[in-house]
Amino acid sequence: MPDTLRGAAAIVGIGELKPERTRPGRSAMSLLAEAAYQAIQDAGLSKSDIDGMIMEPQLAEGSGGGFNPRMAEYMGIYPTFATGCDAQGAAGVVMALQAAAYVQAGLATFVLCGMGAAVDTGGRMRQSSGPVRTETSSTEFQAPFGPTVAANGWYAMIAKRYEALYGTTVEKRAKIAVDIRTNANHNPMAIFHDTPITVEDVVNSRIVADPLHLLECVMPCAGGCAYIVTRADIAQGLRHKPAYILGGALGISRANLTHVGEITISPVGKAAKKAFRMAGYTPNDVNVMEIYDSFTITVLCELEESGFCKKGEAGDWVQEHDLTFKGDRPLNTHGGQLSYGQASTAGGCAQVTESVRQIRRHAGEHQVPGPTDLVYVTGSGGPFSQQSAMLLGSEAAL
Amino acid sequence: MSASQEYRKPLPTPSAVSQPFWDAAKEHRLIYQRCTRCGTRVFYPRDICPGPECFGVGTLEWVESSGKGWVYAHTISYQPAHAAFKDDVPYVLAVIEMDEGWRMNSNVINIDPHDVTIGMRVEVVWDDVTPEFSLPKFQPIKG
Repeated sequence: MPDTLRGAAAIVGIGELKPERTRPGRSAMSLLAEAAYQAIQDAGLSKSDIDGMIMEPQLAEGSGGGFNPRMAEYMGIYPTFATGCDAQGAAGVVMALQAAAYVQAGLATFVLCGMGAAVDTGGRMRQSSGPVRTETSSTEFQAPFGPTVAANGWYAMIAKRYEALYGTTVEKRAKIAVDIRTNANHNPMAIFHDTPITVEDVVNSRIVADPLHLLECVMPCAGGCAYIVTRADIAQGLRHKPAYILGGALGISRANLTHVGEITISPVGKAAKKAFRMAGYTPNDVNVMEIYDSFTITVLCELEESGFCKKGEAGDWVQEHDLTFKGDRPLNTHGGQLSYGQASTAGGCAQVTESVRQIRRHAGEHQVPGPTDLVYVTGSGGPFSQQSAMLLGSEAAL
Repeated sequence: MSASQEYRKPLPTPSAVSQPFWDAAKEHRLIYQRCTRCGTRVFYPRDICPGPECFGVGTLEWVESSGKGWVYAHTISYQPAHAAFKDDVPYVLAVIEMDEGWRMNSNVINIDPHDVTIGMRVEVVWDDVTPEFSLPKFQPIKG
């Protein structure tokens, strides 16, 4: 038996909905199901081919156990192996690694992976879990002090500490948001497709949590995203060019920022080392980067920890490179979550489906003109709590 | 109207494990846990030790903190998740590292939010928000 996932499996079908501010009348389950239907059809499969399922139940209605049977019944798809993926924003990547392990182990042949999110008209993420039981979590020691909306406050603390350590301020971080927006301006699926921005726009946008400005932060969206993983030998006979899973891993560091350790060090480093070793490549070999961009600061730290530049130097590194899809270091070619949109955990999933599109060379207007045989894609959940890294490649990269 | 009826912000929801912390807070004593087996300092409260080599269960004892520490990380909040904090904007959210080496979330008060810096020495100051709960907040140590 092989001791690695390298080349054992591939992504062969993708589906995703254009992120929207809200999808009135649509549930998270229905958005997820629509994306799943697209992915199955894209792979040229039928519902009865799907014998494995990995879906993220956290943000869907009626979560609390038995999510896979509910999704199975809802869609009319009855797998023989199914689990969830409790990896928050890291799950987009982690599901692919789980699925690769399933197909390699013979637990399933065609694994449907996906996530969906609904957003209420007020802009708040719809969650069914109700008040979080605080007993052993630290929520009890956060809520009384007035945490910010979403994760803004935690990432602001990381960004402010990063500023103090390395002197990198909004003027440098803004380059990431601007280049990513350029990519979105070439992707009709992106929520900010029609709106270009400049560094000045980012710097002059209001501060949501010091030092992070509005245009440095993702906006909650409704949407859904899904993909299909199967064995490499089967993938070769399907309708699209396979995107092979060459390596991947997950790094976990903590749940809360109050845990000991340097908070500007993000755990994707551990994941990246393992992923690159498994794939037999280095950061210099990467053609396209799809780096989880919940905030500009997230990208800075991930670039460093992944080995693209040294710690503290990412602010300069992004100035020195053109990060647009036409540039020397294409980053978040669909517009990233910052400008394509973040439908909760489906946002991380969309970075995987974009990687597949680039490898297939189906990205249309935002297709990277140079080689796209090796794509590095990451995921991130919590305040640098868990981060995933994966290398996807074309047949040439096998 | 009593203070607790007026107070609209979220209050702690103590568990059996964390109750001693809030009981001490009411007496304006800041306490944390330390493992009697391996010495690891622990916060938030729990009943098993997370020390790297330790499998201690029920080995954590409560110890009183000096109440002094420094600002490890912070932000100025302009967009609180809970509406009751809107009138406080801008206010400082911080991770305080106590001199004993453990960290907690809190606010830094009695200072202009823009004057707070990483590394700033701070001390606990108690905010008696209701008759049942006193919250440990932090202010700069003068001099």
